[in-house]
Amino acid sequence: MSIDAGRTKLSRDPSSAQPSAGFDHIDILWISEGMSCDGDTVSVTAASQPPIEDVILGLVPGLPSVTLHNKVLSPTLGGEAFLAPFRAAARGELEPFILVIEGSIPNQNIIEGEGYWTSFGNDVETGAPLTLNWWIDQLAPKAWAVVAVGTCATYGGIHAMAGNPTGSMGLADYLGWDFKSKGALPIVNVPGCPVQPDNFMETLTWVLYHAAGSSPPPPLDEMLRPQWLFGKTVHEGCDRAAYYEQSDFAKDYNSPKCQVHIGCWGPVVNCNVPKRGWMGGVGGCPNVGGICIGCTMPGFPDKFMPFMDAPPGGPFSSMLNKPYGVFIRRMRSLTNHSLNKEPKWRHNGSALTSGYDPRYRP
Amino acid sequence: MTVTERAPGQEQPGTLVEMAWDPITRIIGNLGIYTKIDFVNKRVAECHSTSSLFRGYSVFMKGKDPRDAGFITSRICGICGDNHTTCSVYAQNMAYGITPPPQAENIINLGEAAEYMFDHTIFQDNMVFVDFCEAMVKQTNPSVLARAENTEAPHRDIHGYRTIADIMRAFNPFEGAVYKQALKVSRTTREMFCLMEGRHVHPSTVYPGGVGTVPTPTLFTDYLSRLIEILDFVKQSVAMNDDIFDFWYQALPGYEEVGRRRVLLGCWGAFQNPGVVDYRYENMANWGRAMYVTPGVIVDGQLLTTDLVDINLGIRILLGSSYYEDWVGEEPFVTHDPLGNPVDMRHPWNQTTLPAPQKRDFTDKYSWVMSPRWYDKGSDKHLALDTGGGCFARLYSTALAGLVDTPYVKSTGHSVQILLPRSEKLPEMTLEWNIPLWSNAIERDRSRAYFIAYAAAMSLHFLEQAMGRVRGGDMRTFVDFEVPAEGIGCGFHEAVRGVLSHHLVIRDGKIANYHPYPPTPWNGSPRDSYGTPGPYEDAVQEMPIFEENGPDDFKGVDIMRAVRSFDPCLPCGVHMYVGGGRTIKKIHSPMFGATHG
Repeated sequence: MSIDAGRTKLSRDPSSAQPSAGFDHIDILWISEGMSCDGDTVSVTAASQPPIEDVILGLVPGLPSVTLHNKVLSPTLGGEAFLAPFRAAARGELEPFILVIEGSIPNQNIIEGEGYWTSFGNDVETGAPLTLNWWIDQLAPKAWAVVAVGTCATYGGIHAMAGNPTGSMGLADYLGWDFKSKGALPIVNVPGCPVQPDNFMETLTWVLYHAAGSSPPPPLDEMLRPQWLFGKTVHEGCDRAAYYEQSDFAKDYNSPKCQVHIGCWGPVVNCNVPKRGWMGGVGGCPNVGGICIGCTMPGFPDKFMPFMDAPPGGPFSSMLNKPYGVFIRRMRSLTNHSLNKEPKWRHNGSALTSGYDPRYRP
Repeated sequence: MTVTERAPGQEQPGTLVEMAWDPITRIIGNLGIYTKIDFVNKRVAECHSTSSLFRGYSVFMKGKDPRDAGFITSRICGICGDNHTTCSVYAQNMAYGITPPPQAENIINLGEAAEYMFDHTIFQDNMVFVDFCEAMVKQTNPSVLARAENTEAPHRDIHGYRTIADIMRAFNPFEGAVYKQALKVSRTTREMFCLMEGRHVHPSTVYPGGVGTVPTPTLFTDYLSRLIEILDFVKQSVAMNDDIFDFWYQALPGYEEVGRRRVLLGCWGAFQNPGVVDYRYENMANWGRAMYVTPGVIVDGQLLTTDLVDINLGIRILLGSSYYEDWVGEEPFVTHDPLGNPVDMRHPWNQTTLPAPQKRDFTDKYSWVMSPRWYDKGSDKHLALDTGGGCFARLYSTALAGLVDTPYVKSTGHSVQILLPRSEKLPEMTLEWNIPLWSNAIERDRSRAYFIAYAAAMSLHFLEQAMGRVRGGDMRTFVDFEVPAEGIGCGFHEAVRGVLSHHLVIRDGKIANYHPYPPTPWNGSPRDSYGTPGPYEDAVQEMPIFEENGPDDFKGVDIMRAVRSFDPCLPCGVHMYVGGGRTIKKIHSPMFGATHG
């Protein structure tokens, strides 16, 4: 499941997309009116690599200047003042822009009549709510790049769980997995529930370098994730993985050892959080005692539930590892015991016993 | 009637102009505010709040493993998801009949304290204060800005800004010093949160039965060192808030009416006391009163109850203007609570959520938010309680109850005293929050700064408790359990912006019913089946307008201040849309309000 195995192989040749024209300025139109909690926007404000304000203030060298239109961070009072650039883009009067979608896309086709699951502003003529779906239909074909932030927008996530009433799905399920933006880019998926702050800002920054014409598009895997962020598993970056190697497992949540017997899916989940920490290198999941529930994955959440039970294959794989692990742990314990003793020549006696020999010849 | 009563006005016949803001910015979630404004008399005649999002948590959680509830319900909210996880874990602990080890409670208390510090800071300084910043006020009230330029800030020795206008410039978005510093503080406090609960905003280490966080000395050192780092900021914020809001009252006489409503407040309590809490429903009144933020229902300045059992049994979910079908004909889940008290069919334990998407019609159904109310036996009324943005009701209830008594935070029965130790620039300080005269926009906003100080002070107490246990060798953070085949539970907590409850029913080991009630349904609810408006609607309706712009370039900043003071968080929302200013009809002022409902 590492970078060169399984589903994470590169399926898109970065050089195949057209080189960017190189823009001096670009707008970011961010719609969080999907089935969302706005948690990805909030998460992005936690980023420090780079911080969102540095991008907006033009402190990152080589990026185009950026105007961000995001509801949570907007300096406007809301309403039309906030919606104006979105309306202009829908009319084809604002470009280039990057469309960021947050939240899963509900299925409007299952509603009979005039109801809606989620809306964003109103129709100027009729005053009726404009659905998220309407906005995507208008904006996605005109966007220079389309970015899905968080697991809801990328793959459906929590709101697309079995038994959901809204028929929710991910953006690529809605637009088609072969969708290409005006800038010839596929949808850029940055999953995570919520998205890891720096993962998103780093990806956005790469897209912006590309917009400036100074880099190729970001390399994506076949689930359209940035390959350098999602190419390894949680387990491969987890500092508790050594306990697994030694077949030493946590039996409940009091233990600081490997959690695969108590619900951790880390060995089979694409995510860099234990390696990178949650923010500023602090926090994370199994590295700090939180089972990996697979929140970056297309199969989230249903394929990981009930979260607190051992993954079906977990006990079997770890059983195979047991003879090796138990043996190696015992051997290491012996060696470790020896290494915890100082050499015997370190003493305060009257004779030097270090083996000092000033005329040593081999 | 729980609507704020107002004396009949002396207004001249006015022209009502329809104004709406949809979506409202600088909040979490989808919210629209639709108003009719009388520009001649500078008043809001009518207000509807609507949320345009339905996701169906209570629908898709049915049949799932109850242990999953904390992980799933966190995803309700992108800024206080951990409050949901915590509340869910409280409800599950009750249903499973378990008491987590004290160290787990200390760790959750520290995590939640960091959440309050983070969330109140980013909301106040990066969202609310944009409405008070120089760039905004220049557009809406140039005369106020002119006066601010010439008004010295009374606490300039603490925060360092000479004039009120200097403070307002520091609020300017993305460029002002306070705005930028607050973003950094919001990161430091989130790191503190992540130390305790793993990840912000959906925690990884919080479980029913306790936490997976490893309680090493390093963990608490890392938290403490960050806390010390932000103490100057916390003290300066309180001083700056007092300066700006006191100035506002002086500069705009009558501003106390903005966002004002009757004092109708609910607080469900926060920060469990590990020495007392056992999560048994039968003892809930006792351990509820031991919480370090006291639960309470406050009407007209009087504390009606601090008993979580009373609070629980009084909750009613009303329909009226929301897109759902009624459930009173369905089979009840819980007829009596564990003490034998009858449970109403409109109580969350018995709710069945039946969504019915339809056309928005402000004379009938117009929101996805239901209308939670609190039934007061004494008056036989369904009270439309608000949370005052959370911080306001928490301080109010704690101040009146006189129960919290720690080395850092004390309730006096009429105020809350908060002790913060010496920090890099400023000496030890005792801050005192006194119950104000009004429940209005400014006092909700002001209380936010004080509650950040409250949370910082309480975290010092929790740190001492936690480190004491670590030094004594106590590393237990989790107690194991079996999920019962049948069971019920309820959790009470304070989300950052106010009351939070989770009600859980287990049958055959699965979730049979699950209903979270966050603060925003309370605050942002539409008119209920009795015609009573929700608190946003009530607070905005009939409020005066101080903006200097007329209908053509009206920004609605006073209305936005009123709405934002509640800290709307609507993964449910309020949207305001400023039309060009369309004259809809002429009516006489005695008619104002007569057609509401």
